Amino acid sequence: MFLLTPDLGLLCWMVLCFGILVFILGKFAWPMITGMIEERSNYIEESLKKADEANAALANLKEENAKLLAEAKNERLEMLKEASRLKDQMISDAKTQAIAEANKIMESAKESIQLEKDNAIKDIRTQVAELSVTIAEKILRGELKDAEAQTAMINKYLDEVNVAKS
Amino acid sequence: MSQSKNKLTSRVAKALLSALLLMATFSLHAQEAPVAEDANEVPAVEEHHKKEGVNLKEMIFGHTGDAYDWHITTIGETHVSIPLLCIVYGQNGLDLFCSSKLGHEGHYKEYKGYMIAEEGEHAGKIVEVATGNRPLDFSITKNVASLFISCALLLWIFLSIAKRYKENPMSRPVGKQALLEPLIVSLVDDIIKPSIGKNYKRYTAYLLTAFFFIFINNILGIIPIFPGGANLTGNIAITLVLATITFLLTNLTATKEYYKEIFWPEVPLFLKLPIPLMQFIEIMGVFIKPVALCVRLFANMFAGHTMVLILIGLIFIFGQMAPAAGAGISVLSVLLIVFMSLLECLVCFIQAYVFTMLSAIFIGMGQVEGHSHE
Repeated sequence: MFLLTPDLGLLCWMVLCFGILVFILGKFAWPMITGMIEERSNYIEESLKKADEANAALANLKEENAKLLAEAKNERLEMLKEASRLKDQMISDAKTQAIAEANKIMESAKESIQLEKDNAIKDIRTQVAELSVTIAEKILRGELKDAEAQTAMINKYLDEVNVAKS
Repeated sequence: MSQSKNKLTSRVAKALLSALLLMATFSLHAQEAPVAEDANEVPAVEEHHKKEGVNLKEMIFGHTGDAYDWHITTIGETHVSIPLLCIVYGQNGLDLFCSSKLGHEGHYKEYKGYMIAEEGEHAGKIVEVATGNRPLDFSITKNVASLFISCALLLWIFLSIAKRYKENPMSRPVGKQALLEPLIVSLVDDIIKPSIGKNYKRYTAYLLTAFFFIFINNILGIIPIFPGGANLTGNIAITLVLATITFLLTNLTATKEYYKEIFWPEVPLFLKLPIPLMQFIEIMGVFIKPVALCVRLFANMFAGHTMVLILIGLIFIFGQMAPAAGAGISVLSVLLIVFMSLLECLVCFIQAYVFTMLSAIFIGMGQVEGHSHE
C-alpha cells in the first residue's frame, strides 16, 4: 500500500516547513492578532460601558437641571412675592412716617401759633392798659381844669373813702 | 455519585468512539474498493486503447500522488510541466538536478545513475539504476513545492494581517483581516478555549497554524491548475506529521491526573487487576486518537479527489466505447463533478475544522485537573 507509506523526503520537508511556519506565525502573527483582537474587544466593551455611564450621567444631569430649573422658578416666584410684600410694606411705612411727620409739623406749628397768639394778646393787653391809662389821664385832665372841680372831686373821693371806712 | 456516573458515561463514550474509529478505517477500505474495482474493469478497455492511454487507475494515482515535476497538461506529444529540483543522496553522494533531466511519464531517462522506476516496489520514485534501491530522496517534489507555496501564502497572509493589527490596533478590520478575523475569533473562543481550559494560550499557535495550513492546502488541492492541484492534505506523510505533533503536545504537556487515569483508572478493581484490561484500553486510546486524526484527514481528502477523478474518467471510458455514450455521460458527469466539487469546498473547511477541534479536545483531555473525591 504505497498510499499508506509516508514518503521520507516529504515527511522531512513537512516537519521542517511546518515547524518554521508554527515558529514564525507563533512568534510574530498569532500573539499579535489574538492579543489585538482581545484588546480591541475589551476596548469596545469598555467604550460601550463608558457610553452607558455617560448616558446615565446625562440623564441624571437632565433631571438635575430640571430640578434646578424648578427650584429657580420657585425661588424667583418667592423673590417676586417678597419684593411685592416689601414694596407694600415700604409704602405703608412711608405713609405712616409721613403722617407722623406731618402731625409733628402741625403740632409744632400749632404750638408756635399759640405762642404768637399769647404774645400778641399780652402785647395787646399792655397796650390797652397803657392806652386806658392815657385816656384816663386825658379825661382827668379835662375835668380838673379848674380848682373847684378839683376840690369837689377830692371831696367826693374822700366821702367815698369815709363811707367805705364806716 | 454523579461523578462516578460521569466517569462511566465517558468510558462508554470512549468505547463507542473507538468502535467508530475502527468502522471509519473499514469504510476507508470500502471507499478505496470502488477505485480498485474500476481499475479492474478498465483493462478490457485499456487493451483496446492502450495508445490513447486511458488508464483510470494510473490517472487517479498520478493526480492524487506525488510527482517529480508539476505536470500541467499534455498537448499531443508535448508535455507541459514545471520542472522541479531533485535532491538525492545515494552511493555517489549528494546530487542535485532538474527533474526534466529524468524525462516524463512514459519516457523516463537515466541521469547520473538515477532513474524513475516504471514498476515494482518503488514505481514512480527515483531509484539507483545499478542497484534498484532508493537513495535518500529529499527532492522538491510536486507536494513539497505545494508545501512551500502554501507556507509562503500563509506567512504572507498572516504576517500582513499582524502588521495591520500592529499599525491600526483599534480600527475596523478590512480586507483579509475582516475575512479571517471572525474565523480566528471563533476558533479561539469556541474551540480552543473551551476544549483546553485555562492553559489554552500555549497551544493556540499550533492549533491556529494547523487549521489554516490544512484549510489552505485543502483549497489549493481542489484548484485543478498550478499553483493548486497537489493533493497535499490527502497525503499520509503530511497528516502523519500533524497528528504526531498533536500526539506529542497531548502527552508531553499532560497533567499527572491524565497519566493516573490511564494507568490506574477509577473503575472496579477486577477490571484493572490481575488482567490490566482498562489500562490496555486506555493505552490503546492514547494511540488510536492521533491515528484516527491522521487517517481521517488523509482519507477524506483522498476520497474526495478520487471521486472527482473517477467521474472525469467515466467520460473518457464511455467515450472510447462509443462517442455518443461519452457525450451522454459527460453531461451527467459534469453535473456530478460540480456537485462533488461544491461538496469538496465544504469538506475542505469541515476537515480543517474537525482536525483542529479534535486536536484541541485531545490536548484538553491531557489537561485534566485532579477532582475532589466525595
